[in-house]
Amino acid sequence: MTGDLAAAAGGCHIFSGCGYPAPGLQNFDFKPLFTIGSFSFTKPMLVAVLVAVVVIAFFWIAFAKPKMIPGKTQSLAELALVQVRDQILRPALGKRGDTYLQLIFPMFFFIFLMNLMELIPLFQFPAMSRIGFVWPLVLIVYGLYWYLGFKAKGFFGYFKGMIPSGVPAFILIILIPVEVLKYLIVQPFTLGVRLFANMFAGHLLLTIFMIATWYMMSLSIGLLFAAGSLFMVFFVFLLELLVDLLQAFIFTTLTATYIADSLETAH
Amino acid sequence: MITQHLADAGAQNPLLPSWPEFIIGTVVFAIVFGVLGKILLPRITKTLEERENAIEGGITRADEAQAEAQRVLEQYRAQLDDARHEAARIRAEAGEQGAAIIAEMRERAQAEARRITESAQAQIESERQAALQSLRSEVGSLAVELASRIVGESLADTARQGRMVDRFLSDLEGQAAGAGAPAGAGRSGASRSGAGQPGAGR
Repeated sequence: MTGDLAAAAGGCHIFSGCGYPAPGLQNFDFKPLFTIGSFSFTKPMLVAVLVAVVVIAFFWIAFAKPKMIPGKTQSLAELALVQVRDQILRPALGKRGDTYLQLIFPMFFFIFLMNLMELIPLFQFPAMSRIGFVWPLVLIVYGLYWYLGFKAKGFFGYFKGMIPSGVPAFILIILIPVEVLKYLIVQPFTLGVRLFANMFAGHLLLTIFMIATWYMMSLSIGLLFAAGSLFMVFFVFLLELLVDLLQAFIFTTLTATYIADSLETAH
Repeated sequence: MITQHLADAGAQNPLLPSWPEFIIGTVVFAIVFGVLGKILLPRITKTLEERENAIEGGITRADEAQAEAQRVLEQYRAQLDDARHEAARIRAEAGEQGAAIIAEMRERAQAEARRITESAQAQIESERQAALQSLRSEVGSLAVELASRIVGESLADTARQGRMVDRFLSDLEGQAAGAGAPAGAGRSGASRSGAGQPGAGR
């Protein structure tokens, strides 16, 4: 652990003559764990695979042979599932949207655990801070969003639905590009970047305070600053616990909202 | 210094995905989606629905049973009311029938009594007639014989006999009618026997 930190700090210490080694993008790049040909298997990929294994294993144990009178694991998993359904899906889509639970339910727990890996010792890396894991989800959501929109309103009707009715023509000149931009670029972009940036920033914050704790630790006045920095580590840890859950919640809630938006006949 | 770090790490734009990660992310999520969304979710949804149905079914069954009990109770009450009405009706009918039977019986008894009285009167009348008839012939022949013995002359002439007997009987009847009541019959009998002294004396 200390070795890792020292490595992250680039071997710098407060009295070793070099400045504070601020963490940056380099903290999000990893040396490959192993390489097959030109393909390098890195730590974020390992995290993603592990998350998938854990999520599948947990829900498989809980739901593979569901019982009318549930055991402990099934009760817990049911509680989680029903929460996702009642707090995320139904407020946006109502009961008719239960079909989309098959997307929202895996998506929520996948994102949540990918985020939570930020706080799990030994891993301590949120896979969602690598945008390569975020864009596939955004593409799936937008694929579905557009598909449902075209199906509900027709291809041209869908684009027509973007334009609000009862607006003067000269405003439409501004409004149409803005609306098209919003639906085609801004919404998917923000959906992805919101998740990515939150995880990126969270990891950066934790790294900053962890390195600072190590960097300033010495038998001097620096010990006080190190203690302050350590307190910040715990504080940010708790904050990130909240943010991990919240970002999974927001991503899936927005997904549900977008699906509902597509299904609505009148805009 | 940051640019230096960037250069050192060879970092790319963080918004552009590394394609191996993109592919791994897609595959991994597809697997999670397939197992959770397509295999496990339908199973648990079915179980949840079954449980809900079982609970709701229980409530529904209880409601049904209660409604059934209520319905049966009302039915019983209605039947009880009907029975009460029926009983009252039967009682009233029985009273009426009893009265009718009594009236009929009384009627019949009176008719019977009347019939018996009439037949008795008729019989008495016929017997009286018969007695009168036989008395008339007997008394006639006796009187004629008596008279012929007393008078000594033959009264064989039937025409004369008849006239005599008729006159005699007319007298008798006239006396009897004059006496009236059966109580006076004895007296008239006495006077008659007094009148018929020659016959009685014999």
